[in-house]
Amino acid sequence: MKRKTRDALFTHAGLIVISFLIMIPVLFAISKSTQTRAEVFRYPPLLGPGTAFLDNYRTAWHSFNLGLYMQNTLVVATIVVVFKTLFSMLAGLALVYFDFPLKEGVFYFILFTLMMPTEIMIIALFNLVSDLGWGDNYLALTMPFLASATGVFLFRQHFASIPTHLADAARVDGAGPLRFLWSVLLPMSWNTIGAMALIQFIYMWNQYIWPLVIIRENSRQLIQVGLRSMTAVQDTTNWGVVMAGAILAMVPPLTIFILLHQQFTRGFALGQEK
Amino acid sequence: MQTAKFKGKLIPYLLLSPTLAILLVFLYYPVVQTFRLSLYRVAFLGLKTQFVGMENFITLLHDPAYLNTVKSTAVITTVVVVGGLAVSLFIALLANRKIRGASIYRILLIWPYSLSPAVAGVIWLFMFSPGFGPFNYLSEKLVGTELNWLGQPALAITLIIIASIWKILGYNIVFYIAALQNLNTEVLEAASIDGANGWQRFWRVTFALISPMTFFLLITNITYSFFDLFGMIDIVTKGGPLNATNVMIYNLYRDGFEYYKTGMASAQSVILFLAVVALTIFQFRTSGQHVHYGG
Repeated sequence: MKRKTRDALFTHAGLIVISFLIMIPVLFAISKSTQTRAEVFRYPPLLGPGTAFLDNYRTAWHSFNLGLYMQNTLVVATIVVVFKTLFSMLAGLALVYFDFPLKEGVFYFILFTLMMPTEIMIIALFNLVSDLGWGDNYLALTMPFLASATGVFLFRQHFASIPTHLADAARVDGAGPLRFLWSVLLPMSWNTIGAMALIQFIYMWNQYIWPLVIIRENSRQLIQVGLRSMTAVQDTTNWGVVMAGAILAMVPPLTIFILLHQQFTRGFALGQEK
Repeated sequence: MQTAKFKGKLIPYLLLSPTLAILLVFLYYPVVQTFRLSLYRVAFLGLKTQFVGMENFITLLHDPAYLNTVKSTAVITTVVVVGGLAVSLFIALLANRKIRGASIYRILLIWPYSLSPAVAGVIWLFMFSPGFGPFNYLSEKLVGTELNWLGQPALAITLIIIASIWKILGYNIVFYIAALQNLNTEVLEAASIDGANGWQRFWRVTFALISPMTFFLLITNITYSFFDLFGMIDIVTKGGPLNATNVMIYNLYRDGFEYYKTGMASAQSVILFLAVVALTIFQFRTSGQHVHYGG
């Protein structure tokens, strides 16, 4: 009994130390985001709060356009999350509840795309999207991302784990596949949908290289590239403002993460190896 | 999968059509185009293209600068993947113990999953900046001299590696905790009764049982190191100093979008693509033999 409490104590201590170590860079960034230029450059470093909290965040939001970039990114990420989830559900429905010619071929066609991240074909994709006349357009930032193998397999796996008799019952009722999706599958899929929304939102929010090469028009730019431009002039950089920018840029995905992390663990991580 | 099926030959294709159309146009077509472009030399601004066969590949494989990017990629990837997975597994084992507040610790450990490489890059760049970063202050106190984290190749690589592991930690921990929770505790108890000590129990039982997850994470972490580090490297080091952190994806980006060497950049894409395919095949082959579930 005694040994058990001692073990638990060590575990708590270990986890607290590790959690704190993981948090240090962000705590540091938060502290610096409130400091004036002079406070940032003070030696030895000033680690508490500074006096420029509102000034820094205001400058990052207005003068560096982060407000606009975040709004753009929010629109793009929302479009992708909604449509990718929808399309993946439809594909999952077809793969689990239908038999059709070339089913295996279709399966492999989707599977192989796991090996094709955007970065690998970025030059050809750039040419394609430019030829379509979509440069500087939200179509360029959304269309290529509306489908993914990850999404299809997430729903395929989830649908396959739903007991057979439910689909049978729906068939007896004479419900068509879309009706079945809407009234039977959807209510049972919230964990998977939550996991999907979390993964895809963070994926889109963190897009970097693609908007960097395809978007020329500054007012259409996304948040990560906006953050990049804040550090472009290194010698004169106001680091308090840059840190404010970094904190602003991490708030939306972190919020989504805190809201949906349980769905993420249940719907994605636990399902991954089964 | 023995599930009741709906009838209809056309409907499934209609349901699949949005996904298939997008994958075909925005993934398969560009990949094929990349292979085609890799066989051409494209003059500045694409005004003139000339078929050169394998010449781009031969040039690359004989170019010490390119081979150096392969080496940087290999070094950074190996340390990030092996080091990151080892640290994550250690933390997951700790977090998986039955203690009060386990779910709170879990959030505190995995939230960096939501961070972007660019945000991570900006913060770490600042922390290690010469002149005013707190780590320079620390190193000056400890070893009496400022370490030039951004100016020395070995230090810059170390910085990128630490920041990259920090950013991916949360993702790895989620998956390891999930795998540990799925473990069949009877096997562990049986091993305990058989007299296996803690270390043996870990290696022979726990580690063996979660090996499918390790293989899954191996591939996702390699992909992360190959591609997602772009944002961090672009912000922190720009490939420097002396090209020490000029990894393959960064070199490809510069050749393609700064120097407009389209053919050469496409050839580099093909090489990266083949590397990913080889790794994936390797994963499917080996993980098949390592599945220890059931029983």
